[in-house]
Amino acid sequence: MSFIAIPQIMNFSEPLNLCSGDTLESYQLAYETYGQLNDSKSNAVLICHALNASHHVAGEYEGEGPKSVGWWDKMIGPGKSVDTDQFFVIGVNNLGSCFGSTGPTHLNPKTKKIWGGAFPVVTVEDWVSAQQRLVNALGIKRLCAVMGGSLGGMQALSWTLQYPDQVLNSVVIASAPNLNAENIAFNEVARRAIVNDPDFHAGHFYEHDVIPRRGLKIARMVGHITYLSDDVMNTKFGRALKNDSLKYSTQEVEFQIESYLRYQGEKFSEYFDANTYLLITRALDYFDPAQKHQNNLSQAFEKIKSKFLIISFKTDWRFSPARSREIVKALIDNKRAVTYSEIDAPHGHDAFLLDDPRYLSVVRSYFEEIFKNLEN
Amino acid sequence: MNKRAFIATIAELVPQGSRVLDLGCGDGDLLNYLQLHRGCDGYGVEIDDQNVLQCVRRGVQVLQLNLDEGLKMFEDSSFDVVLQIDTLQNLRNAETMVIETVRVGKIGIVAFPNFAHWPNRLSILRGAMPVTKRLPYQWYDTPNIRVGTFYDFELLAQKNKIKILDSFGVKDSHVMRAFPNLMAPTAVFKIEG
Repeated sequence: MSFIAIPQIMNFSEPLNLCSGDTLESYQLAYETYGQLNDSKSNAVLICHALNASHHVAGEYEGEGPKSVGWWDKMIGPGKSVDTDQFFVIGVNNLGSCFGSTGPTHLNPKTKKIWGGAFPVVTVEDWVSAQQRLVNALGIKRLCAVMGGSLGGMQALSWTLQYPDQVLNSVVIASAPNLNAENIAFNEVARRAIVNDPDFHAGHFYEHDVIPRRGLKIARMVGHITYLSDDVMNTKFGRALKNDSLKYSTQEVEFQIESYLRYQGEKFSEYFDANTYLLITRALDYFDPAQKHQNNLSQAFEKIKSKFLIISFKTDWRFSPARSREIVKALIDNKRAVTYSEIDAPHGHDAFLLDDPRYLSVVRSYFEEIFKNLEN
Repeated sequence: MNKRAFIATIAELVPQGSRVLDLGCGDGDLLNYLQLHRGCDGYGVEIDDQNVLQCVRRGVQVLQLNLDEGLKMFEDSSFDVVLQIDTLQNLRNAETMVIETVRVGKIGIVAFPNFAHWPNRLSILRGAMPVTKRLPYQWYDTPNIRVGTFYDFELLAQKNKIKILDSFGVKDSHVMRAFPNLMAPTAVFKIEG
């Protein structure tokens, strides 16, 4: 049993200028905190979430039991790799999400209607700007670490570019300095599945009292395939059949893998918002800090001051080790402090959410070093 | 071989305040020593999970990479010193790695077991591959896949037009300059591209 987590909301009335040129006049952020902020406010760690997660990083909700456990509870908590007995950990939900921060399911204050498809496009940089205001509002001048996996890793990297003096360490796991064409392609398939669902109504499906479930399900099925490795899929499912014998049907479920993907899609379509899915995959596509520097990542990193821990997983083909090594190389070119660990875990991209002991130990040891060097 | 004393001997060759890259850095002992005693900074490269973890534990910056995949990540002359201490004999592409060492480093320091050390020669004369304190492995399970001698390395350097700035043998952490190919279990070379 994990500890009890309490979600909170903070409101911001200062307008946020977005990369797209749009402005969010006011907004709210959902967040959670675990552990105690020390007197010098030097032990704060910010956790950035990936595609379908939220501010609920660790712990359980009162009365909701183990099913409500946070998405990175294996990593974060009392006595864990990121030890909440030592660190003050902040989980924050990003703008455009459907879990509490201002997003497409909220009211547009100007039109008094649900934002829906009209919610402005947000980027990793916009999220980080919003997160920085939360950090400031909590009275924290400098984070001792910012950490995330996948899209969360992009935010952890972006922090060190946007606010180089406000982050001592950045922990970037199973991430990349930008998406490659194949990765954008997967996102586009997912988006097309949603947009082409007749229930989507250009993102204004709330008004029609429907949900584009079919699109969401397919989007999740595609995504899920890319989070696993070939080996894991074969070990877990292989060619196992759902029933005792073949039905010779093109429509019904024959193989276990089909059943699994349909189940994952079904589950996802019950809790995730279609507009949020579009927004978040777009934020992934747009992230590219080297772009303004003639596509030279080393040049883009000149302003970085933070130290880095970069981790990748050998069987991750969606965010392959080669992409993490690009980040490592650009840091080395700038003589920045970096430690890089390439974990030989079989689980593909999903490994960053799992509990491989080598992975958890490296993170633990890195945070022990951070703790030793904290200002008191 | 007394590890501490050997580290001190190697460290003597590294100029104060150098930016170093230690290829096959193990648990980070040498880098840690260089940081503490010679004001150096830099990175270790290591493939083994347990060693990587030890490096992180002592605050040594380590990069988990496979040296057999080369040093593409590092630019020309981007380090003052590239160290290859007891690594060369484990690498498939040993020649390339010696060349890469002096490409990436302004100087390279290479140390490896000298297979021409006289007890090894005796063992071969008796008809058996040497098993000694310095070379404790049986031929069938040794990680030492590139067995070379002090003299062999001189030839390799010559072939690749690599300049030997200094070279000596080490025995029981003592520097041996007389007949190192015969007398020293460990060969040490300071090289430049």
